[in-house]
Order: sequence, then C-alpha cells, then structure tokens
Amino acid sequence: MPTTLNLTALSVFIGFFALVTVLGFVAARWKSGDLSQLHEWGLGGRQFGTVISWFLVGGDFYTAYTVIAVPALVYAVGAYGFFALPYTIIVYPFVFAVMPRLWKACKEGDHITAADFVQGVYGGKWFAAAIALTGIVATMPYIALQLVGMQVVIKSMGISGEVPLVIAFLILAVYTYASGLRAPAMIAFVKDIMIYIVVIAAICLIPSKLGGYSSVFTAADHFFTAKGGATGIILKPSQFTAYATLALGSALAAFMYPHTMTGVLSSASANTVRKNAIFLPAYTLLLGLIALLGYMAIAAGVKVSTNSDVVPALFATLFPSWFVGFAAAAIAISALVPAAIMSIGAANLFTRNLWKPLIQPNIAPAREAANAKLVSLAVKFGALVFIIFLPTQFAIDLQLLGGVWILQTFPAIVFSLYTRGLKLPALFLGWIAGMGVGTTLAIMQNLKPVYVLHFAGAAYPCYIGIIALVVNIVVTVVLSLVLPAKKA
Amino acid sequence: MPNDDTRPSGLGVKLLLLLPYVALLWLPFYNNVQPPLFGFPFFYWYQFLWVPLTSLILYVIYRWVR
Repeated sequence: MPTTLNLTALSVFIGFFALVTVLGFVAARWKSGDLSQLHEWGLGGRQFGTVISWFLVGGDFYTAYTVIAVPALVYAVGAYGFFALPYTIIVYPFVFAVMPRLWKACKEGDHITAADFVQGVYGGKWFAAAIALTGIVATMPYIALQLVGMQVVIKSMGISGEVPLVIAFLILAVYTYASGLRAPAMIAFVKDIMIYIVVIAAICLIPSKLGGYSSVFTAADHFFTAKGGATGIILKPSQFTAYATLALGSALAAFMYPHTMTGVLSSASANTVRKNAIFLPAYTLLLGLIALLGYMAIAAGVKVSTNSDVVPALFATLFPSWFVGFAAAAIAISALVPAAIMSIGAANLFTRNLWKPLIQPNIAPAREAANAKLVSLAVKFGALVFIIFLPTQFAIDLQLLGGVWILQTFPAIVFSLYTRGLKLPALFLGWIAGMGVGTTLAIMQNLKPVYVLHFAGAAYPCYIGIIALVVNIVVTVVLSLVLPAKKA
Repeated sequence: MPNDDTRPSGLGVKLLLLLPYVALLWLPFYNNVQPPLFGFPFFYWYQFLWVPLTSLILYVIYRWVR
C-alpha cells in the first residue's frame, strides 16, 4: 500500500465528491413534491419509473462494502467467496414473484415500510414494532460497513485519520436531510456509471497485464494449493451445503432489509418492480467480475496486511494515478448511496412503527416527516461513532448477525402476502424462536455464519440464518394450526 | 402476442422460476474446473451464464404470463 499522499488521485477524488454533493442538494427540487410529507421525503413520492429504479436499487443493493469485501474474501479463500454470485442471481426470481405483490399491498394500504404492512394485516402494534426494530438493528451495522468501505479507499490515497470520513458523512447527512430519497436516487446515476467504467476498465486491462484469464486462474490455483486448508479455485465437497445455504439465505434476506424495501416501494408501479427484476442482474455480472479482482490481485502479486485493502492495492499497482482517484471516488460514492437509503429506511421504520404507535399516536403528518429527518441524522451519526470508536470487526460481526435477524422477518412479510391462515401470536413466537436460535448459534460459533448440522453420521455445514428461519417457520405454522381462532 | 388458447398456463411457466435455484444450489452440477471457456474454469463460467439465463427466464414469464 502506498502511504504517501497521491495528489493527482486526491484531486480527481475530491472533484467527483464535490459533483455528487451538488447533485444531492439539487435533488430536493427534482420531480418536486411536498418534502414535509413522509412518503415524499422517505419514498420519493412513490413515482420512480423503470430506469430510475434500476439505478436506485442497483446502487442500493450492490454497496461499497460489497466492492471491497467480496474480492477480499475471494482473495483469502477462493471459490467459497463466490457465493455472492449465485446469491445475487437467485434473488431475482424471488423479487419478480413476490415484491410486486408487496408493492401493491403497500400502495393500497398507504404503507411505507414492511412493518406498516405487517401492522396493516394483523393489527396490534407490538409485533409491527418488533419487525421495525429488527430492521433498524440489522441496518445500523450495515451503514457502519459502508463507512469502512469509504475509509479503505481514503486510506489508499495516502490520507490517514478520521477527519475526511467525518466530513464526507456530514455532507451526506445534510443533503439526505434536505432531499430525502431523491438525493441517493440522483447520485445513484453517477455512482453506477462510474462503477461500471472502473470495473470494465479493470477486467479489460488487468488480465492483459497479467497474461490473460487462464494465467490469473492458474496463479490463484497455485496460490491456494500452497496455502492449503479450505481454499481453492473450486469448492471442497465439505463446503457445498455452506455455499448453497449462504447463497439462498442471503437471497431471501436481501429484500427484507429496510433499504432494499425502500428502493422497491419507491417504484411507480408493480410492473416497474417486475421489469427491474429482469434488468437488475446486469449488476450481478458486474459483481462477479468485481469478485475476480481477488484473483487478479493474487496473480499481480499484491500483498496486503488487511484483506479489505486488496482492491485499492491492486488498482494502485496497475493503474495511473488519475484513474486510482476515479476508482476511489466511485467506491466512496458507492458508499454514500446505500448509506443514505439505509438511514432513510431506518428513519421511516422508527417514525412510523415505533414513535407514532408507541409514543405519539396522534402525530401530525408534517411532524412525522420532520421526525424522520432527525432520525436519519441520528442513525448516521450512530454509525459514524461506531466506526470511529469501536473495532471494525465489531461492525462486521454485527452485520452478520443482522443478516440472520432480518431473515426472521421473512415469514411475517412474505407468507402474509399469500395466506391469511397465520396467527399473530404464532408469528410473534416464531420470530422470537428464530431470533433466539440464530443469535445463540452465531455466538456459539464465535460469530461465524455457518453451523455444522449432523444427519445420519454425515456433517452438513449450514448458514445459521437458514437454520433459524426453518425453526421460525415450523413454530409459526404449527402454532397457527394449534392455537384457537381469534375471538372476534 | 399468442392467442389465448395457445398461452401456456400460468403455473407451468411460473415453475421456470425454480430453475435457477436448482441449477445453482446443487453444487455437484458445476463444481469442476473442466471444461474451461475463455480461460474461465467451468465453476465460474457456468455461474456467470446463469445471470443472462435468469434474466431470460424472467423476461419469458413477463411476456407470456399475466
């Protein structure tokens, strides 16, 4: 890693950062709406067509942390790190089949969060509050990890310390406060185009410098053979169930998060959601190519002390300074878009499903939007404090638990779209069981995502989120059958 | 557009949605180096191939069912 200041890279970086800052404020006037209403501030007025939604959801779902962490995992363990690819493929048949239905239900009920929808179906306030709280807690460390992504690229340009991170986040906080979801929607255009340019340049130029893709894979193969253990350019049979359940569990969890949910609900119609399920896989191709950067780093002989430095280190080795700055800006802006949408999604949940029902039931709509704006600031500030004062590993561990937790909202949200046969106490107890089992297993594994199940003498490592979801579903279904019908 | 009577039944076509899950979650299908394509071991190009295939399946369902 270069630790000297790279002025060319830094100037390019600051230039692009200034551009998106201006865009963030201009966005308040875009497709103008009354930003003192929560559905305008927090869902962009539910009017984004196919193209805007494509950029928005793409910019939201494929985050800066992904760009840093996926190649880092591939660099460290090889094929196993590729589960992100099947994950981001099989998520789309699910989005295509389920999310348009959810969009319709939310439009009809004027719901702006998943917890709103659950409240609309089952009534009461405590279970909806539990769903909202799950979403908020799962999202907080995710925002923190976007900061980690930004920190990594800022560091790669030779700047140390937390000041640039604080400045970047202050700017983000202010324009999200002013413009709501319109800001990340507009910035997502810039972010996505920049990331496409960086990745296409990387996959065209880097292999030619390293002797083509076959030598990249050969170098990775030799590297992992020497390294040993559960690594390699294909999987060990003992990794099959872990790979498959991680892909499936991540895919089922992906659109339960408040930020992806917000992206879907801000679409103009159910049909927009369907069309986006068809076209969003373009980003998955990009993600697969980004993952390969891990192997290219191996082939280029890049050595890093922290795996997450691998992408910036690879770029610094092979690209001219100005392009290193461009790539760093692309990754940093990739952190801004999801961080903004995550904080908006969490703010919507807090305001709608915790504050309003539990503390101030007769809150005026304008006051509600004002509350959400303040909460979006608090959420981002929390994430910033988290990253500055606690070890990064803590955020990574919590984000992992967050994935396990958010998956436990799946039965309440998805099954309720198809059946009215589930009962509220059953769903609540199922959620509690899933949260309990998932958290316990994760802690038993020292916060690793996989737990080994034994069947008939054979061992099957499985993603803990899936194990907990199965427990959750069994409890929910059995209790729904056993419990007496609600006294009406 | 096909006539109503030549339209595949919704359910039959919607079962296509399950194909990517089967193809990608059953690892013995593709956990091989051979045969490579453009320098990519089978494990990689097979998974990459399922990206456009999945889009295609969704497009087919979008056009013919509804």
